[in-house]
Amino acid sequence: MTFSFAIIAFITLIGAVGALAFRQIVHSVLCLAITFTGVAMLYLQLGAQFLGFAQFLVYIGAVTILILFAVLLTKNTGPTISGQVYSASWVSGVGVGVSVFVCLAWAILRTPQLDRLAAEETNSTVKAIGLSLMSDYVIPLEVIALLLTAAMVGAIVIAMNETSTQTTMQGANHEKGLK
Amino acid sequence: MATLSHYLLLSALLFSLGLTAVLIRRNAILVLVGIELMLNAANLNFIAFWRHSPNPGDLSGYMFVLFSIAVAAAEAAVGLALIIAVYRHFRTTDIQKISKLKG
Repeated sequence: MTFSFAIIAFITLIGAVGALAFRQIVHSVLCLAITFTGVAMLYLQLGAQFLGFAQFLVYIGAVTILILFAVLLTKNTGPTISGQVYSASWVSGVGVGVSVFVCLAWAILRTPQLDRLAAEETNSTVKAIGLSLMSDYVIPLEVIALLLTAAMVGAIVIAMNETSTQTTMQGANHEKGLK
Repeated sequence: MATLSHYLLLSALLFSLGLTAVLIRRNAILVLVGIELMLNAANLNFIAFWRHSPNPGDLSGYMFVLFSIAVAAAEAAVGLALIIAVYRHFRTTDIQKISKLKG
């Protein structure tokens, strides 16, 4: 185990524990950004440069900011009463989490084939990825483009004001009559 | 040198932490945060297996993660829009209080 892997793993896990445990939602979301940074660094360490920078842009640049906006748009009641931020049955939740980890770790540690080092060279240049996206994976690429468009339209429709949706449905004439 | 099992153990730990966040947090936004953590753990597994595969020229695992990131971004956008819509209706994001189907 290299020193750099230990440092990156430590950063990632500290961020995840913070996102799990902080009482203020904003602190949790900022810790989530630390975790995403750690995962991006792991991608870079594994030789997936393009994916590492995509992780930086998409997760830290977009998803974290999106979650922060959602925190701002919903009223943050704050952890005034002790224990209110966690579920009443948090003990069993932690128990489920620990037992899932124990099962996974047991399966990983008893598999001897997993104890191997990385290949010397990989073929993950941006050129190879682009050629692959445009040849073998062109249909998934188009489907993902359609999915992102549909998700954007769907997010706008869902988050639209209930009143403005109604007025759009009722039409402009009726809106004038109401005024 | 870090072997494949180190990455898998880290990813298992990250997944368990995300699962715990989903199970114990009461705020719907933090449940979504836990789901993002679990998705990241799965992506890390894909990349670790791709890097340690005997055939590194094959980009299947890489492409899977690329598409998975796009799907996760769409999921986050729609999920947060749903949370905001629910918040407008119930005036809370506490998932223990959102228990009516028609409120």
